[in-house]
Amino acid sequence: MSDSILATNPAVVRRRGPGIWRYLLARAWQALLVLWAAFSLSFLILYALPSDPVSIMLNQSGEQSTVNQQQVDALRAQYHLDEPLAVQYGIALWRALQLDFGNSIQSGQPVSRSLADALPATAALTFLALSVALVAGIGLALGASLTRRAWLRDLLLGLPAVAVSLPTFWVGLLLLQWFSFGWHWFPAMGNRGLASLVLPALTLAIPTSAVIAQVLARSLAATWRQPFVEALRAKGLGPVRLMLVHVLHNALIPILSVSGVIVGSLLAGAVVTETVFSREGVGRLAQAAVSSQDIPMVQGVVLLAALIFIVVNLLVDLLYPLLDPRIRANPGARR
Amino acid sequence: MNDGLIDTLPAARRTPWRSGWSATLLRVLRRRPLLPLGLAVLLLVLSWALWPQLFSHFDPLLGVPAQALQGPSLEHWFGTDHLGRDLYSRTVHGAALSLQATLLAVVIALLSGIVLGVLAGFFGGWVDAVLMRLVEILMAIPALLLAMAVITVLGFGTLNIALAVGLSSVATFARLVRGEVLRWNASTFVEAASACGVGPWTIIVRHILPHASAPVLALAALEFGSAVLAVSALSFLGFGAPPPQPEWGLLVSEGRNYMVSAWWYTSLPGLVVAAVVVSANQLARALQDDQGARG
Repeated sequence: MSDSILATNPAVVRRRGPGIWRYLLARAWQALLVLWAAFSLSFLILYALPSDPVSIMLNQSGEQSTVNQQQVDALRAQYHLDEPLAVQYGIALWRALQLDFGNSIQSGQPVSRSLADALPATAALTFLALSVALVAGIGLALGASLTRRAWLRDLLLGLPAVAVSLPTFWVGLLLLQWFSFGWHWFPAMGNRGLASLVLPALTLAIPTSAVIAQVLARSLAATWRQPFVEALRAKGLGPVRLMLVHVLHNALIPILSVSGVIVGSLLAGAVVTETVFSREGVGRLAQAAVSSQDIPMVQGVVLLAALIFIVVNLLVDLLYPLLDPRIRANPGARR
Repeated sequence: MNDGLIDTLPAARRTPWRSGWSATLLRVLRRRPLLPLGLAVLLLVLSWALWPQLFSHFDPLLGVPAQALQGPSLEHWFGTDHLGRDLYSRTVHGAALSLQATLLAVVIALLSGIVLGVLAGFFGGWVDAVLMRLVEILMAIPALLLAMAVITVLGFGTLNIALAVGLSSVATFARLVRGEVLRWNASTFVEAASACGVGPWTIIVRHILPHASAPVLALAALEFGSAVLAVSALSFLGFGAPPPQPEWGLLVSEGRNYMVSAWWYTSLPGLVVAAVVVSANQLARALQDDQGARG
């Protein structure tokens, strides 16, 4: 009897299903397809529409009148714009497979080099933000679930709803105003060391921690209602120990399933945050690229974001069977 | 048996006027006591957008250089900017630009989401497969970056921001509408209607969409909040209207150079944006609660 109650606790079930490798292969194949589709979509948006890189480049330099048709044709040939769309697409896809996304119109450097140069700064920022967000979000959800005071619970659960509504650029500017200009605790601008990372990471962590807290609070409540919790409570386990040892790690699984969305919003937030704090990084690169209508660079950033989203989701799907044995027993049940 | 009968008449169970407006209102107010405040904020900002002259007697574009960078006072509620323009007046007049863009974005997302969702849900098969793959790809790219890609091609401006934000949130609506269409398409009353010889378009418009309207409306309110955020963020990044215009994101961005001396320049217009989004999200959650309560 107690066995069957405990069997609903996923951490207790230990069975190995046969289809696990097929599940993993299918997921990897699907990830490749989505990546290819994201490339095609970004190509369609950025290249198939009437304004092409060369005309934008000519408009920008303001030399439309002095450039003769031959030079335009030469430029168009260099970008393969004189070929039919299908051929252009084929060339672009072949180059993208070799990680060549063309040269930035603005700087003339290869897009992939610029992205690789900018990536470490953004990675540091997003990792720190994610760590802060995880600690704050989990703390908030646990606090709200454990407290017996109704007003405190309402307050803790109300905070995330407000936090997701605040404009990121405004939060960043407020933090700058208070902590940099007001109290001189942190440097205001640039990429100098850990101190310059604190405020941007905090800015980026606020909406992320709110998402984590909201998802986790809901999942904690759902897990708390499961029979195995009741069984353990009947055995005399205290609520704090029960929550931390048995409920929390089961309730964390829904956080994993939104991790793709979380990473995506961190990347989007990095565009605003890096602009506010004048930091070098992929986000700043994206802002500058759109400002100067640098189409190859914009495509590079969009594809990088899609790649990161897809890889994170793939990793999560590969992690599921390790964390939740029910999926190992019955792969694909979750999808 | 009984359940089946009730199931064939979901509209009767769900229409609010049968359950009593006052009862619904009381229930919502008990759960969300701050909702009236949020609605008041939304109404106020909407009136700013419609009749800006009624709320401020300063010119939003014309400054008095002698009064540059003055702090908030009884005369200038939000203070003045570096050209001596009244910031409250600029925020009020900016409401029209920013809310127009937001509404346009939500309408674009809503309409194209409904079309895609209905096509996918009602016709199924390869149409469904293709459209849902498209939705999946759209969701793989962060909405802000997708909007930035669209802006790169379309160029800058309030209208283009609205288009970009709208296109980047089509996927969410398409997904929800598809789910609702699948759900109601399987119900007995749709089966009965189609057995009576009612055509597919009539079934969609008269029988399925009215039932899908409640969750779609709740999502629209939620999207309104995120669209305000996205539109102001894109405007802050410099992709919106050119400088003399008082677009909200641009207002905050202009204050960046004066943060040390004029805290009100960035703080107060930004506070308005935050208040609008908090209110819209509260309304969205109230609408969602209400659905949950009615099943």
